[in-house]
Amino acid sequence: MSDFPHTPPRYSATFTPAVNAEIRRAAASGIYDIRGGGTKRHLPHFDDLLFLGASISRYPLEGYREKCATDVWLGTRFAKNPIHLDIPVTIAGMSFGALSGPAKEALGRGASEAGTSTTTGDGGMTEEERGHSKTLVYQYLPSRYGMNPDDLRRADAIEVVVGQGAKPGGGGMLLGQKISDRVAMMRNLPKGIDQRSACRHPDWTGPDDLEIKIHEIREITDWEKPIYVKVGGARPYYDTALAVKAGADVVVLDGMQGGTAATQDVFIEHVGMPILACIPQAVKALQDLGMHRKVQLIVSGGIRSGADVAKAMALGADAVAIGTAALIALGDNDPKLEAEYQKLQTTADAYDDWHEGKDPAGITTQDPELFKRFDPVLGGRRLKNYLKVMTLEAQTIARACGKNHLHNLEPEDLCSLTIEAAAMAGVPLAGTSWIPGRNGGY
Amino acid sequence: MQSFDLGKEGLRALNSALHALKGQTNMTKWEVVNPKGAHAIAAGVDAPVDITVRGSTGYYCAGMNKLATIRVKGSAGPGVAENMMSGTVIIDGNASQYAGATGRGGLLVIKGNASSRCGVSMKGIDIVVHGSIGHMSAFMAQSGNLVVLGDAGDALGDSLYEARLFVRGKVKSLGADCIEKEMRDEHYQILEDLLRRGEADGKAKPEEFRRYGSARKLYNFNIDNAAAY
Repeated sequence: MSDFPHTPPRYSATFTPAVNAEIRRAAASGIYDIRGGGTKRHLPHFDDLLFLGASISRYPLEGYREKCATDVWLGTRFAKNPIHLDIPVTIAGMSFGALSGPAKEALGRGASEAGTSTTTGDGGMTEEERGHSKTLVYQYLPSRYGMNPDDLRRADAIEVVVGQGAKPGGGGMLLGQKISDRVAMMRNLPKGIDQRSACRHPDWTGPDDLEIKIHEIREITDWEKPIYVKVGGARPYYDTALAVKAGADVVVLDGMQGGTAATQDVFIEHVGMPILACIPQAVKALQDLGMHRKVQLIVSGGIRSGADVAKAMALGADAVAIGTAALIALGDNDPKLEAEYQKLQTTADAYDDWHEGKDPAGITTQDPELFKRFDPVLGGRRLKNYLKVMTLEAQTIARACGKNHLHNLEPEDLCSLTIEAAAMAGVPLAGTSWIPGRNGGY
Repeated sequence: MQSFDLGKEGLRALNSALHALKGQTNMTKWEVVNPKGAHAIAAGVDAPVDITVRGSTGYYCAGMNKLATIRVKGSAGPGVAENMMSGTVIIDGNASQYAGATGRGGLLVIKGNASSRCGVSMKGIDIVVHGSIGHMSAFMAQSGNLVVLGDAGDALGDSLYEARLFVRGKVKSLGADCIEKEMRDEHYQILEDLLRRGEADGKAKPEEFRRYGSARKLYNFNIDNAAAY
């Protein structure tokens, strides 16, 4: 027995316990991990940007006294009836099927009370949602589940979904355990089978066809409705330019932090770009075409606070959309339900098996016993409160930067904390005028 | 008979006039001349009217049709009668890709041939093609009937759900999870009805067809079927 001390155990930085656990899980099950939500990896994000605030060269506005407007018009390019929202924070598309009927109702209630829009998802338009949403955006998806001209006409806007940030290039998936009689009927498929939503539209391919498709939807709806085009954060410069060329009124750009109801973990974590890197490219495309502020840009993927809203808008977005944050506001992943999360072998704030339909909060489920627990009136009130707080936060920052409208925020109001964020956002590293990849600076 | 010169009056005026027919029955017969391959002709009609288009059409003719009978005296471009809800659409010539895509009801008749992806993702529509259909037809087809008097191209019925496919001629190949199935009495009755309504009863008999449907092996994910995906 030597008197020398043992080398202490050392974990590999490559084969971490989490990596090894996934290898063991794959070896035991023979199937990739499927989960909901967005990426969980650390990424350059809005937290890597700061506002500079006012100084001698900029003067601020008085909080609670001097007005800082928050409204936004969407669809002013071609639509006869563009949308006017009181706040620039919208609710992203989430399907009935992925979410319960009461959860969709709560989203409609909260959004309407806060003066903003909500969005359908794969699976069609429900009465709960239409009835409780003052402004409802109807998604036009590759699956066309439930698609019909009557719903197109009773929507306030139409969103042609080309991709989403959690899985650019991927379709949807609603596993059999969430297919109730009602979900099956709306999608015209047998109960209990996995429902795949195609990754490409069935009747158009490429930007030239998209232009003709948008034209058809405009004809069917008599040119009344704004038409959005939603893309995942893959090639935002070209996707934005092509959406504009195809005739979009609004471009919706979703970064890889954006959530999904169910997809392979490998897809969520390894495909797409963070929203911070996407916004400047999309704005550049709009500016190059002379369409910035004429075709509106809505960005989503990891928006959590009024600070995130203000930063996205300072980079050039007209509005933002929230999905995951809205679900948390409704009560998803609440530590109050920890005992139930433990039974599902997970913990509050980490629960992501939304596809299994066992959500103790009654939000991402079709089980009537579970969704009975969820109160859509209370949920709607919580969402309204959260949207109001985000708006107040964004206004606080905008006033500090001397802006009387959130749309007046600009990149010059920002600095970056990291070189990566400076390069992606096109905002100088704090204390310098250096934007990596651009000429000049120091 | 209302006659509409599309070349002179334009598409917006045509569709606007057709949409205004909802809820009234005065002008039930329409004729559209000079279509010149325009897109979205008679898209979104929602009235039991009779429309004849004298010439060929571009993309999405009769898109999302409800109740109307629309006859094209020529050929139709991609996506004819896409997402049709009800009514009847009859193409005297050929149809391009995605004919009847995602259709939820009604009857689409193509007197000539249909190109690839005919009946893609169909959700209840009935389609009768007097000629042949191209590759990947009835891909992810959910419900309804596709009747083909001629041949079918590669990968017929790939990832099929509950739609019924009837082909009289040769099938170049079947797609994943699509198999030939037994013809039962109910299927002969469906065919007899569709051939009659599809203006093909003098051209073919129900007993000349074979039926194809889903093997239902891909309905729930199973790692042992991964090679089929």
